[in-house]
Amino acid sequence: MWQVPASVEELKRIAVEIRCDIIEMTCEAGAGHPGGSLSAADIVTALYFRIMRIDPQRPDWPDRDRFILSKGHACPVWYAALAERGYFDKSHLRTLRKLDSILQGHPDMRKTPGIDMTAGSLGHGLSAGVGMALAGRLLQKDYHVWVIVGDGEVQEGSIWEAAMAAAKWKLDNLTAILDRNHLQNDDCVDTEMPVEPLADKWRAFGWEVVEIDGHDMEQIVRTLEWARDFRGRPVMIIAHTIKGKGVSFMENQVVWHGKAPCREEAEQALRELRSCLV
Amino acid sequence: MNKVDPGRYHQLLPEVIPLLASEELLFGAKAQATRYAYAEAIIELGERNPKVVVLDADVSKSVGTSKFAEKFPDRSFNFGVAEQNMMAAAAGMATAGLIPFATTYAVFASMRALDQVRNSIHYPRLNVKIAASHGGLTPGPDGVTHQGQEDLSLIRAIAHSTIVAAADAPTTKLAVWAAAEWDGPVYLSFTRDPVPILFDMSYPFEIGRAVVIREGEDLTIVAIRDMVCQALLAAEMLAGEGIQARVIDCHTLKPLDEGTILEAARQTGAIVTAESNIMYGGLGSAVAEVLVENYPIPMKRVAVGNRFAESGPYRALIKKYGLSAEHIAGAAREVLQRKRR
Repeated sequence: MWQVPASVEELKRIAVEIRCDIIEMTCEAGAGHPGGSLSAADIVTALYFRIMRIDPQRPDWPDRDRFILSKGHACPVWYAALAERGYFDKSHLRTLRKLDSILQGHPDMRKTPGIDMTAGSLGHGLSAGVGMALAGRLLQKDYHVWVIVGDGEVQEGSIWEAAMAAAKWKLDNLTAILDRNHLQNDDCVDTEMPVEPLADKWRAFGWEVVEIDGHDMEQIVRTLEWARDFRGRPVMIIAHTIKGKGVSFMENQVVWHGKAPCREEAEQALRELRSCLV
Repeated sequence: MNKVDPGRYHQLLPEVIPLLASEELLFGAKAQATRYAYAEAIIELGERNPKVVVLDADVSKSVGTSKFAEKFPDRSFNFGVAEQNMMAAAAGMATAGLIPFATTYAVFASMRALDQVRNSIHYPRLNVKIAASHGGLTPGPDGVTHQGQEDLSLIRAIAHSTIVAAADAPTTKLAVWAAAEWDGPVYLSFTRDPVPILFDMSYPFEIGRAVVIREGEDLTIVAIRDMVCQALLAAEMLAGEGIQARVIDCHTLKPLDEGTILEAARQTGAIVTAESNIMYGGLGSAVAEVLVENYPIPMKRVAVGNRFAESGPYRALIKKYGLSAEHIAGAAREVLQRKRR
């Protein structure tokens, strides 16, 4: 079991382990979304091992911080983090997408301990986060709601409905992190349906916006801590990331959005990832 | 005009029974849009239960939930014209233990936000109540874009869904309170236009339990929402011809009270369904599924056909589009002929 809260150095090691889990589980499943899982791995690691107020023994603890992976297809990163954090045994990771598994192809809050919101249909998670943040305020709970959205996902109109609402209610107990990895299922985000200027858009919608390197652990931790304590309006962290980060042949390749590595590819990926540890 | 026999009725207000002799009499008496009954019920609920919150999408003045907002400003959330966001936010609120009533018109609740309603509310079985006004053809003059003629079918197709559409204002209040006690999503359907007040608060309302409101032996009319009063009018037309129709207020479309329907099928041998929903997938389909698999008997659906309606007064529309008491009575004569063959 890892020590929490983890230091930046420890977080980097945990992130490598989570990336290895992502490769192992998608390879074993023969399907899934490794690219967008790898791009979000550092942020999810920081949240679960340093930032969030959670208790793996009490996944339904009413005062816990909430996490929503609005880009639900990247759930391998969520499952890996939950397993590494002790929500359930790591052996479950090998059952991803298989019959009778607690780990569904997209996150199911009724099947997996620690999943705070079912996700999969894009554009819902930020709205659900708005609802959780409003509920927290009404129920006088000081939990924080963290939502990761994809850069392809912000093509969904409902994301901007949620953006308006979060600003209207000045939801400073809500932080969104945009995994800006530039690739979506079919193509490059910027050619398929351009989403820029992202920072200007979110600012115009009334959010406090910062941009970070989504793979610089120190910057991630510092920014998440700052966002948690920021008051007056919701925070959007645009995290510049690399799809497939950590695996040379997956990085920036659109094909790895929704394709699992074969055993050979997985072995190569694991060798590369583990070489960062020495 | 024949004389109405009060001995055949259950639950009906005594003063309403003689009015069943004609539509003019019935609609000339006390009536209320059930959306306003919802708006009243939700205020009483808000007083009793601090976890009840109301979500609106820019139609709070139309539905009447603006009164809840005045009384409980902390527990009222207007999302503007953004039904998708409202539904998924309602789901998020429910995860924290609140009981959100997400309020909009049927067309928007069931179509604009259907993805959120399916994936974020029903799939995780979150405790969200969807309050859908403007059901069926009741928003007559607004025209087709605002007439919710598919919502019962669409929501019925979703796993874990519960659908309640009460016949009048008092039973709508009971339905709203029952929905708040129900663990899980409930889709509540209301009328835009006034419908006659048939019952009072002593009505034995229970989600999933249809109520026989008129005794009859020759056939059964199973009706929902605004068609219940039309079914009663039809029953009296038929009584004038010596035909006694049982009438069932099937306020819960899902879970369907199969027991009450099959008992009526066995005892009366013919069934007509009546709904101001499209003929595909709503009450008629639900009843047909139960009959075909268990006790096939002559049956006919009175419902909106394979078409869109148009703008016009509600009561004129249901006549033009084949949903009025005359049409129900006609369907009854047809199934009786088939029953007797």
